[in-house]
Amino acid sequence: MSSETITHGHAAVQTVAHAHDEHGHDHHHEESFLTKYIFSTDHKMIGKQFLITGMIWAIIGGLFSVLFRLQLGYPEMSFPILEDLFGKWAAGGRITNEFYYALVTMHGTILVFFVLTAGLSGTFANILIPLQIGARDMASGFLNMLSYWFFFLASVVMFASLFLQTGPASGGWTVYPPLSALGQANEGSKLGMDFWLISMALFIVSSLLGGLNYISTILNLRTKGMSMTRMPLTMWAIFFTAVLGVLSFPVLLSGAVLLLFDRNLGTSFYLSEIVVKGEILPNEGGSAILFQHLFWFLGHPEVYIILLPAMGMVSEILSVNSRKPIFGYLAMVGSLFAICILAFLVWAHHMFVTGLNPFLGAFFVLLTLLIAVPSAIKVFNWITTIWRGNIRFTPGMLFAIGFVSLFISGGLTGIFLGNSTLDIHLHDTYFVVAHFHIVMGVASFFGMFAGVYHWFPKMYGRYLNNTMANIHFWVTFVGAYLIFWPMHYQGLAGLPRRYTDFSNWQSFNQFSDMNRFISTVAMVVFAVQLLFVFNFFYSIFKGRKVKTQNPWGANTLEWTTPINPGHGNWPGDIPEVHRWAYDYGKDGREFIPQTEPVGENESAH
Amino acid sequence: MSGYFILAILTLAFVVTFQIAKASEYVSVLKGEEKSFRQNNRVNAFLFILFLVLGLIGAWWCNEMYFKKTLMAQPAASDHGEKVDFMLWITFAVTGVVFLITQVLLFWFSFKYQYTEKRKAFYFPHNNKLELIWTVVPAIFLTVLVGLGMFYWFKITGDAPKDSQLVEITGKQFNWLVRYPGKDNVFGRKNYRLTDASNGNALGVDWEDGASHDDIEATEVHLVVGKPVQLVIGAQDVIHDVGLVHFRMKMDAVPGIPTTIWFTPKYTTTQMKEITGNKDFVYEISCDQLCGSGHYSMRGVIVVETQEEFDAWMASKKPQYVTVKEAAAPATADSTASSKPLAQLN
Repeated sequence: MSSETITHGHAAVQTVAHAHDEHGHDHHHEESFLTKYIFSTDHKMIGKQFLITGMIWAIIGGLFSVLFRLQLGYPEMSFPILEDLFGKWAAGGRITNEFYYALVTMHGTILVFFVLTAGLSGTFANILIPLQIGARDMASGFLNMLSYWFFFLASVVMFASLFLQTGPASGGWTVYPPLSALGQANEGSKLGMDFWLISMALFIVSSLLGGLNYISTILNLRTKGMSMTRMPLTMWAIFFTAVLGVLSFPVLLSGAVLLLFDRNLGTSFYLSEIVVKGEILPNEGGSAILFQHLFWFLGHPEVYIILLPAMGMVSEILSVNSRKPIFGYLAMVGSLFAICILAFLVWAHHMFVTGLNPFLGAFFVLLTLLIAVPSAIKVFNWITTIWRGNIRFTPGMLFAIGFVSLFISGGLTGIFLGNSTLDIHLHDTYFVVAHFHIVMGVASFFGMFAGVYHWFPKMYGRYLNNTMANIHFWVTFVGAYLIFWPMHYQGLAGLPRRYTDFSNWQSFNQFSDMNRFISTVAMVVFAVQLLFVFNFFYSIFKGRKVKTQNPWGANTLEWTTPINPGHGNWPGDIPEVHRWAYDYGKDGREFIPQTEPVGENESAH
Repeated sequence: MSGYFILAILTLAFVVTFQIAKASEYVSVLKGEEKSFRQNNRVNAFLFILFLVLGLIGAWWCNEMYFKKTLMAQPAASDHGEKVDFMLWITFAVTGVVFLITQVLLFWFSFKYQYTEKRKAFYFPHNNKLELIWTVVPAIFLTVLVGLGMFYWFKITGDAPKDSQLVEITGKQFNWLVRYPGKDNVFGRKNYRLTDASNGNALGVDWEDGASHDDIEATEVHLVVGKPVQLVIGAQDVIHDVGLVHFRMKMDAVPGIPTTIWFTPKYTTTQMKEITGNKDFVYEISCDQLCGSGHYSMRGVIVVETQEEFDAWMASKKPQYVTVKEAAAPATADSTASSKPLAQLN
């Protein structure tokens, strides 16, 4: 139906100085398969590319966790099928130590960077920014396309590293040197590590191209009337995410490049006084701790890069489905801002036990625990948002509520770990594993699922199957708690992370029943994620069709576009905005879209 | 074979779930969207409150089963550890209350304010007083936690008492090397380029330094109960970490950068056997920083004992210098600390 209205657009005089305006109106140029689906410059298609690539990575990364959970849960059993599949890596049907550490490392790398950074913020920044601020496309469609293709290249390199004879990187996703610098010390530190570093370098380029685009689009291409304070919280969250990424990813790049030099050019940035397997190395004067500073200067903002978009989407979805405005909009923006600033100032809390100066450590404790204040504001505001609402439990809403619950649970354990006194005891135990999986792993996944369920109708003009969505939510939600709640007890018993086997330890061998339980639940939860993936692809083609423009009764601009918007988003002029995005339940009206002018008798808020 | 069987069952479960899901979609179309929406809403609202109740019961049950298996159920074996445990309990109290309040409110509201035709959502965009309350109250509690944490942090990381027993512990893939400074209480100088494990110098001690001549090397750590100990921690190849769960202490071992911790053991190994009721109890050193494929097996042992037992053990040990010189028997025994140690490099 959009093709009929197109001509109308051409007649209109272009008053808004948007570079891409003209594109929006003409669909005269025929799009080939290649330009429409592969080298597309349409932000919506690029978003879908990020999402689907992310989903493929999530399946791989998730499968890896199932494999190493097999080892942890059933250490005495052998699975011949594993040897059929993985050969020497699972000799005798058991996962070898090298394989275990490669799996753990790749699981972390894939999920943190490829799924929750590219797959989550890449997807929703692309799909939502132009639609929600009222723009035809990103500031630079071409750079945006490059951003995806650099991500794709990074993916190819990382994927290739899985097939190396010496295996992929296996020194943990944090790749601390000297372990990651010395091929003699670790199989995974041979060629696999170079692949890892090159892949990450490409990934960082992708992330920077994307981030700069998101920032300039949000700052420059907002439609008439869309002041910054009228933007939906998703936009604020994505904006701060992009700022975090642009300022911190280059630091990781420098860390990675120096590590490449140490590995291949004989430099000593991170190496000093090393004797490895009896071999005396010439390197002196480097500092292994330097890498940790560089790594965590990105690494900590990274967890907020993952979490902030989820927070933004959850805020939006909670409000829409409670039929109430988000409570404390400005406080929500302010707390996002506070988190964004503080994210840069807390990196050394990952390093309390590296020999860091205790005096310096004290500042990092203070700044770290300070983050709990904006986090608390957000939680209380979310809870107040659903208070006295009229809640519709759409699948997106289920995941949004799940997000809040998980964010509380995982956030509170951060108060333990951020306090250096407790960190001495809990550092690198399963308490940490439980903490970050809940608060940034599962919670961010919930934000992502909420977003997919909520915006799927916009992406494909169809709904996801509701029954499968309900099964997906409840099994994942219950499963996440069943997996990670008991892990806190392992942590309080001092169980170190990254142990393939605890049977030789007098202090750590008391949890074999719990490990078996956790592994079994993890497999069930993984299977249910496959159900979601199936639902996703099935519904793209066969899902129930969306019949109205605005199926959720939401205020934001994306629901003023046609059901299947073309490149340029609005067939006519870009709508003008007259109010904030959260007039739900105002003056007895269920919702008032942002495009509706403020009435004369309307009450002020 | 069983693997394929499980795969077949999984596939079947998938197909069945999918068929049910598809069918239920048709049913909801037949029933009318409005009706099936309301039914779906009621079910999910009920499930949330059920989740809250079962979740709390589950948490209690989990605690019943596993609390006794954690270190919380036994006293910390060092004075620093007691501070950590105290701090842990306070943090549990504060976060526990917040956890309960917020989770109960979240699920209770989800249930209570589920969609009905009768209710209109309450337009409540902001309230400065409320915002102020939940900014200030968490800030106060966090200040207390930070203050308390810092108080203990500086006690724990402060200077070791003057009379501390010195022990050097060095990590390498995948075991720990232990050195005592001997009677002079000074470690002999080290130079990593002198490392030569096959000739009795696994640590790279510079024998030119006279202080090294009474240094004792060992494979396990022996400590005296009630006497402060300072660990001087290093690593040869990659980063390791000296994890001492019973003492609640931990410190990375970094190549090129020595680190230290100190603490006072409170119970001998024998006493801990009684306290824990585990006759096989042993203080273990776990490596807590991923260090390669043998990371999980990098285990060390600490024996805490009385002064007499310690002295007897120490007396049974021969300084490493002596062992090395005896092995190289007819060598000249007069090359003491006359030449500069660096001379050996060139």
